[in-house]
Amino acid sequence: MNKMQRALRELTEMDDLAAQDSVMHRLHPTAKLLSTILYIAAVLSFGKYQLSGLAVFLLWPVLLFQLSGIPVHICFYKLRFVLPLVMAVGLFNPFFDTAPLLYLGPVPVSGGVVSMLTLMLKGLLCLMASFLLMATTGIDRLCASLRRLHVPGLLVTLLLLTYRYVGVMTEELAVMTEAYQLRAPGQKGIARAAWGSFLGQLLLRSMDRAQELYSSMLLRGYHEHFHYAPVPAFSGKDALYLLLCAAVFLLLRLVPLAQWLGGLVVR
Amino acid sequence: MIEFQHVSFAYEKERPVLRDLSFKIEKGESVGLIGANGAGKSTLMKLLLGLLQGEGRIFVDGTPVEKSSLAEVRRKLGFVLQNSDNQMFMPTVYEDMIFGPLNYGLSREEAERRVDAVLERLGLQELKHRHNHRISGGEKRMAAIATVLAMDPEVILMDEPSSALDPCNRRVVINTIRTLPQTKLIASHDLDMILDTCDRVLLMSGGVLVADGPAQTLLRDRALLEAHRMELPFRLSGC
Repeated sequence: MNKMQRALRELTEMDDLAAQDSVMHRLHPTAKLLSTILYIAAVLSFGKYQLSGLAVFLLWPVLLFQLSGIPVHICFYKLRFVLPLVMAVGLFNPFFDTAPLLYLGPVPVSGGVVSMLTLMLKGLLCLMASFLLMATTGIDRLCASLRRLHVPGLLVTLLLLTYRYVGVMTEELAVMTEAYQLRAPGQKGIARAAWGSFLGQLLLRSMDRAQELYSSMLLRGYHEHFHYAPVPAFSGKDALYLLLCAAVFLLLRLVPLAQWLGGLVVR
Repeated sequence: MIEFQHVSFAYEKERPVLRDLSFKIEKGESVGLIGANGAGKSTLMKLLLGLLQGEGRIFVDGTPVEKSSLAEVRRKLGFVLQNSDNQMFMPTVYEDMIFGPLNYGLSREEAERRVDAVLERLGLQELKHRHNHRISGGEKRMAAIATVLAMDPEVILMDEPSSALDPCNRRVVINTIRTLPQTKLIASHDLDMILDTCDRVLLMSGGVLVADGPAQTLLRDRALLEAHRMELPFRLSGC
């Protein structure tokens, strides 16, 4: 199995995760979607030096991982390519913001280091929340939920088809990579000289496949409107979950819980 | 049921793929469409489905195949693609099967009943919730046929339904095709399969219909077949 085939397998594994059964999986997708949006909004609203307030928000995904039965390591494994990029966002802050902001004993910690850590944590929390949403809901139920929230059908269809198109491109890439490697034994990866034609061929092949798929959809009556799987009615339990999330996020955002706890320990 | 009247088509003007094609297929007939690579079989199918527009006229159950009537025409036709991967685009077999009926206005309950009935008829119940990426080639081909049957079409078009299948899966597909009561047009190079499933054969060569007759007669005509880069079915070749 080459790298691309593994990537394809990983894509389908997300669907498998979403098909599991747990308290989180059984919640209404709209409740999960809105709570994730609230969570991300709360996380992003922190200032660049408010690391301690932000740290408390780590408890939420940890709790959801427990409730959904999804091992945390799967999240980090699946996000392994995106996480470094997100982490790299604030990497240069320590060089520009050198003024000491606080002291860890005798060691001064600059504002740049704190803002870098804040940015990294924000990225990590947002990614974890998005992963949990996808892993407990699935793309189809998520799209159905977006439609219920009156997001334009065209945008939702675009999201769904883009998700599917990633699979088609990965399939084509897997076939091409395998064909290449079979004729280039001992060579690691694809030679730089072949990148141009390789990418061009990949685009052409995936466009052909996409066209065939679209024809297949048209021949089965598709007319720019997807019939998403039915989503159960929004129950009192879902409303309670959403209200609880909103209340907890507001509380964690407004009350400096970490400082209080830290104060207790220091005292 | 299907009528082609002087149909011609060219992807590039100077190189016609189909030339002045005329034939009729009656309701309930099972017709094999044979010919060497590049003979125009797939293009003919695409014209019939309204995926391409050429010269001349095509009718499906009296309805002309043109832009304004495409929805009506396509509702009567079910097309099994050569590559099942291109046919099965939803995550699971069930979601793929229900896609067509829902688009044609059936309620989810009705569509689900129809899906269950088709799966039961083909003995594929255990595939219902399987992921499309995790079923074998033979299962995928049967599932592709099931997705088409779930739409309850009047005519079934198949492009190489037995290609890339092992002998056992090929036999399953052939037996399934034989039980389908609909009008069928099957394009294939597998002449043994055509002999098993079709009463009549259309032989194409260079974009022209060169022969039209009973399968049992035409597929025994060694000279005719060899003149158009084909061979006798293995079963009739005396090997």
